[in-house]
Amino acid sequence: MQIYLPIAEVSVNAFLLLGLGGAVGLLSGMFGVGGGFLITPLLFFIGIPPAVAVATATNQIVASSVSAVIAHLRRRTVDLRMGGVLLAGGLVGAGLGVLAVRWLTQAGQTELVMKLCYVAFLGLIGALMFAESLRAHRRASRPGVAPKRRQHMMVHRLPLKMKFRTSGLYISAIPPVGVGVLVGVMAAVMGVGGGFIMVPAMIYLLGMPTKVVVGTSLFQIIFVTAFTSVMHAVTNQTVDMALAVLLIIGGVIGAQYGARLGARLKAEQLRILLALLVLAVCGKLALDLFLPPEELYSIAVAGRG
Amino acid sequence: MRMLLASALMFVALVGAVPAQEVRERVIVGLSQNRISITANFDGSEVLIFGAVHREAPPPAVGPLEVIITVTGPSQPVTVRRKSRVAGIWVNTDAVAVERAPSFYAVATTAPLETILTGPEDHRFGISVARRIRAVSAPEDMEDRDAFIEALLRVRAAEGLYQTVENSVELREETLFRARVALPANLVEGDYQTRIFILRDQRVIDAETSIVSVRKVGLERWLHQLAQERPLHYGLLAVFIAVLAGWGAAFVFARLRA
Repeated sequence: MQIYLPIAEVSVNAFLLLGLGGAVGLLSGMFGVGGGFLITPLLFFIGIPPAVAVATATNQIVASSVSAVIAHLRRRTVDLRMGGVLLAGGLVGAGLGVLAVRWLTQAGQTELVMKLCYVAFLGLIGALMFAESLRAHRRASRPGVAPKRRQHMMVHRLPLKMKFRTSGLYISAIPPVGVGVLVGVMAAVMGVGGGFIMVPAMIYLLGMPTKVVVGTSLFQIIFVTAFTSVMHAVTNQTVDMALAVLLIIGGVIGAQYGARLGARLKAEQLRILLALLVLAVCGKLALDLFLPPEELYSIAVAGRG
Repeated sequence: MRMLLASALMFVALVGAVPAQEVRERVIVGLSQNRISITANFDGSEVLIFGAVHREAPPPAVGPLEVIITVTGPSQPVTVRRKSRVAGIWVNTDAVAVERAPSFYAVATTAPLETILTGPEDHRFGISVARRIRAVSAPEDMEDRDAFIEALLRVRAAEGLYQTVENSVELREETLFRARVALPANLVEGDYQTRIFILRDQRVIDAETSIVSVRKVGLERWLHQLAQERPLHYGLLAVFIAVLAGWGAAFVFARLRA
């Protein structure tokens, strides 16, 4: 069944979009990742204009993060104060990012910058995840050695110290705001929640306890992506509600099954598969950048990405 | 002598006038639909253009009657960009701005275009698609701006937006004609102008225009208008739906599990 997307102004198979949302939802349920970093490039591949793909993905992430944060709020594993500080940075970053997208679209470079960001981040994340899961796989077969956690001292030396009771931290507010800004820019430019950057940053840079990390990052992502979504709608008119609703329906259903499936399957082997998937998407995007394109020319209608 | 000259002149005038009177042929046009609605499951459409040639006298013997039908979508300013290799990757480097290019253009004819239409006539009536692209502005130092226009025609032709379908107009006994024009799914809203030309001896004898209105309807129209006219409301609504869907899903699945 074809559906005409009112903002993207293309006609796409509705079941393809439901399936895409579902598959990414399944993965995000299984691994506890947001999935934005997969859904946006997949939307590029099926012919959605990049600016619409990015803006609409942020809207879809709002839904999946709300769905996931509820369980964390119930278990009280959300550091609201830390979330608020991250959010302050996130809103600034998202505002800058949306302006950057507007400017890039006028210059005709949106697609290039988005793809470059994706290749860099997916390559990095995929490689790290692959190495990490190989190590975990080996560790699982040789038990007894616990991984040691390092703490950076920078967060203790900077000024503007704040007390974060839920996380049991007394650190400067500057690094969390900085992390927030970075993640906000990424949300706006790449259409991702940024959990895959924020979670490691919270653990290794801020020294937050692992149990509050995911809930707090989800809490921050909801507000940053909601803000980004509204900003994209206002400045670029690129949020496609019909596309978002189909992705959301597929996504929430997929996530529920994914969570149950993830509990039953072997985590290390699955992580290797996810790492390979991330690297495959990265490779496809990289090929688009490096191989001579079939058509050197492209047409942009004024006012649309 | 004077009489002779006068009658000769009169004869010439008559001879000159007679074919003109005889060639008096008019085209009458009908369309299968004047409105095309872009609904949620819109997947392209087709317009059937039909008509007749009206004449008071028998058809003149000055060469066969030919018919050209064009369908023009709303014109838009577009930018054509060209990639070239910079530090190993392919980047948009050159651009040419076109002030007006039709978003859709179809030409249907009874015979190959170059055999029935001359350059001057094409220029006068703006029939071939290349004649519909106006006001190209390229940087001063650019030598190959024509390559950009060719690319515009090529890319849009590949997307089914620019079509030249020769021999697709059926003409019966130089009187009744019909043609189908396929409109792709990625149509732009607006008024689509349909022009019908009848020609003899590579000259346009009559032309007629008609409008097909392409509009988004229902939910598509409402969403598109809201996004354009009240973007803040649209954005807030999108976020509201997302929050509601996320919360609803968590609620429903928690219930299902319990």
